[in-house]
Amino acid sequence: MEKRVVFNGRLLPYLLLAPQLLITLVFFYWPAGQAVIQSFLVQDAFGLSTEFVWFENYQVLFSKPDYYKSMLTTAIFSSLVAFFSLSIALLLAVQADRHIKFAAGYKTLLIWPYAVAPAVAGVLWLFMFQPSLGIISQAVRVAGFEWNPLLRQDHAMTLVVMSATWKQISYNFLFFLAGLQAIPKSVIEAAAIDGARPARRFWTIIFPLLSPTTFFLLVVNIVYVFFDTFGIIDAATQGGPAKGTETMVYKVYSDGRSGGDLGGSAAQSVVLMVIVIVLTAIQFRYVERKVQY
Amino acid sequence: MSEVRLQSVRKVYPGGVEAVKGVSLEIADGQFCVLVGPSGCGKSTLLRMVAGLETISGGTCSIGDREVNEVEPADRDIAMVFQNYALYPHMSVYDNMAYGLRNRGTPKDEIDRRVREAARILEVEPFLERKPRALSGGQRQRVAMGRAIVRKPKVFLFDEPLSNLDAKLRIQMRVEIKKLQRALATTSIYVTHDQLEAMTLADQLVVMNKGQVEQAGAPITLYERPMTIFVAGFIGAPPMNLLDMPATGVPGLSLATPVAGPVTLGVRPEHLELSAEAGALAIDLTVTAVEAVGAESYIYGALGGQGPEIIVRIPGRDLPAIGTSLRAVARSENLHFFSRETGIRLN
Amino acid sequence: MVQRRRLLDFLPHLILMIGVAIVAFPVYVAFIASTWDAATISNGSMPLRPGPHFAENYYRTIFIGTSSSTREPVGTMMLNSLIMALTIAIGKIAISLISAFAVVYFRFPFRMTAFWIIFVTLMLPVEVRIFPTYKIVADLNMLDTFAGLTIPLIASATATLLFRQFFMTVPDELVEASKIDGAGPMKFFFDTLLPLSITSVAAMFVIQFIYGWNQYLWPLLITTKDNMQTIVIAIKKMIVTQDALTEWQLAMATAILAMLPPVFVVVVMQRLFVKGLVETEK
Repeated sequence: MEKRVVFNGRLLPYLLLAPQLLITLVFFYWPAGQAVIQSFLVQDAFGLSTEFVWFENYQVLFSKPDYYKSMLTTAIFSSLVAFFSLSIALLLAVQADRHIKFAAGYKTLLIWPYAVAPAVAGVLWLFMFQPSLGIISQAVRVAGFEWNPLLRQDHAMTLVVMSATWKQISYNFLFFLAGLQAIPKSVIEAAAIDGARPARRFWTIIFPLLSPTTFFLLVVNIVYVFFDTFGIIDAATQGGPAKGTETMVYKVYSDGRSGGDLGGSAAQSVVLMVIVIVLTAIQFRYVERKVQY
Repeated sequence: MSEVRLQSVRKVYPGGVEAVKGVSLEIADGQFCVLVGPSGCGKSTLLRMVAGLETISGGTCSIGDREVNEVEPADRDIAMVFQNYALYPHMSVYDNMAYGLRNRGTPKDEIDRRVREAARILEVEPFLERKPRALSGGQRQRVAMGRAIVRKPKVFLFDEPLSNLDAKLRIQMRVEIKKLQRALATTSIYVTHDQLEAMTLADQLVVMNKGQVEQAGAPITLYERPMTIFVAGFIGAPPMNLLDMPATGVPGLSLATPVAGPVTLGVRPEHLELSAEAGALAIDLTVTAVEAVGAESYIYGALGGQGPEIIVRIPGRDLPAIGTSLRAVARSENLHFFSRETGIRLN
Repeated sequence: MVQRRRLLDFLPHLILMIGVAIVAFPVYVAFIASTWDAATISNGSMPLRPGPHFAENYYRTIFIGTSSSTREPVGTMMLNSLIMALTIAIGKIAISLISAFAVVYFRFPFRMTAFWIIFVTLMLPVEVRIFPTYKIVADLNMLDTFAGLTIPLIASATATLLFRQFFMTVPDELVEASKIDGAGPMKFFFDTLLPLSITSVAAMFVIQFIYGWNQYLWPLLITTKDNMQTIVIAIKKMIVTQDALTEWQLAMATAILAMLPPVFVVVVMQRLFVKGLVETEK
């Protein structure tokens, strides 16, 4: 798509583009390039000499069990958050869709957690589940369940999953509701006349028709868990206990902060970039597919 | 037996709007009933209440011998064809037609037999594996019909099914719907705002206005003896000439038998003929416009030179010049008199 | 469909109300905690109703700060956050508007190259290149400055793409009319294009304000001085692993204060917010 009518100007367009290009080159391409280059270099302990080592940093990275552990943690974390936030949001959206009149009101009451910073969300949940004084950990202790996210990895994972899910429901709800409202009412009525009970109507008509939205949200949620949950993890568990909640992004941060292995840290960054690019590509494929319906 | 009986059916929306204000109708087994009226007259709401898509606020609706007010649409044994077809976009044509049967647990080979038969009747066999988006408007319409007939329901409901088609296809599909309904002899209720569609399809024509039935009966009866001004104006194209007549009379218009009191006089364009002789009704008009549509022509004239517009239909294309003064006459059996206050027929 | 079963009719409301309650509960607990004193909270006996220390806690939070972990009063931090959020939002919108204008309304060599250079950055969230970027900012002496805090986050392919898309829908006749009226490109931009883009700009502002306000990792690295901290990173610093030292009532008051501005923006400008979300995800 191109404009038919344009302005003449030799210098002006470059001047207009200059600020964005400048910032992009300095703060995006330069560091990204640095990361790629560094991932092929090894520095000695004093930072005095560097050596080009091809893929050695990557080999080392992929030979470490704790890198696989962070991959696994990321995978578990993403699947749980995506599963819970999508299904809860879908459940709520379907209910709101039944009463269009009130849908707007419920929408207002449900979307605001989107605006809460991930770190704040982490702190809110941490407070409720704080082992000694948290309101919910006390309640579960009364029920005979010893809750301690500071010691137990699965408890810590539960805590960050809950905080991340809580924050993401609003976004998913908004898109599911829009998706549901885009399904022609008459199609659902036709299914009712065709003898499909509400549950069957949902699984054979509504859910398939919603699948483009669901797929889109799935990708968005995975990207969200990969990158935006950093604040939640840092505030609630700092990746612990014993790296039990250390996702790949968190590992880049904590390894990089402790300094030392620049090349290894850069290699981690590059792996993450590749993952984002793949996810983005999937998302664009989706945009093409969406046109079909 | 699958007659449909409505007794003082009302629909009041939560906001207090009364969309249907007590409609009573009987649609005999196998009859084709058409509900027609301007938009907002309640015809679609009435149809949707029969379908079970809207709750009934008052009165009863029965299909066969069973009152269905509280019955889910799925259990009313009806099929509906929607204005936008409402095909399932993610299913093939075959699955669209089979869906209703599968939901009811029909055996697989029985489903296959019925779907293929319906596809043959409606000539959509080549498209059975396609998705609806790969079909033209007319083909989608056929699939929607197919989805209705495979189920062999007691009642067919049609909600303006042809309004999304172009004019030519609409006429073609209209004929096919009529043939199909005759062949299947299934009780049908058909909603439209197109009075020509209504006239040609209906066994029983129901004209609705403002949530009420104005008149119900055979189409030709409504045409020949409209019982209200509304029906008189709604049925027939071009519309009936309707003239308000105060007791003092109207300049340029003379009646052989004068009427007492203020009335509305109606006379159809095709019942006026150009003639110098006196008739039960004689009107003098000045030609303001003429239209030749082929086999016939319409003359538009101002009554008495500057009065209300009158339409006269004449055969052929022998048209008077604009500005000519003419006299048109009508016979007494073709005159309709209505009360100006109540709109009800007087003669 | 025919719905006359009262219970079935009410069920969706019930589920939604439970949903709303669960969503609101953590914030409610935080608010309650911000109205009690430290002792009540730390011995685990905090009731679920507001306590008597509301004014005291918020006064201390905003004007004095916690005693141990973050010495700055939260009022200063909120100001920092506000400056950061506004700079990022306005900066992003400004540079994206003009670069989208250049790409759409001019023909010049390397036009598509420039477009792709911007477009590719969609795929590089700051988290994946955090340390090299940090190093550049440090080399440029921009640590602990608002420039260092905001400029690296300002370049945004999302906003540029959104405005490009919008400009494409603006009828060509408007450009022709402007030309006939003797207006140059910048006059057209300010007098015609900008007024037409106002809702898109507003929607973008809402989204970017929230994005800016909620930044965490970047300010955490860039700010070392107490008086440059933003409220979001301060909260985390208030939580000390040794529970006894955490002043929960102040941390929770800070959490509430950190949520207020973005939540307020979302609720009040809900329509723009939804528009912004939907359009940025295309």
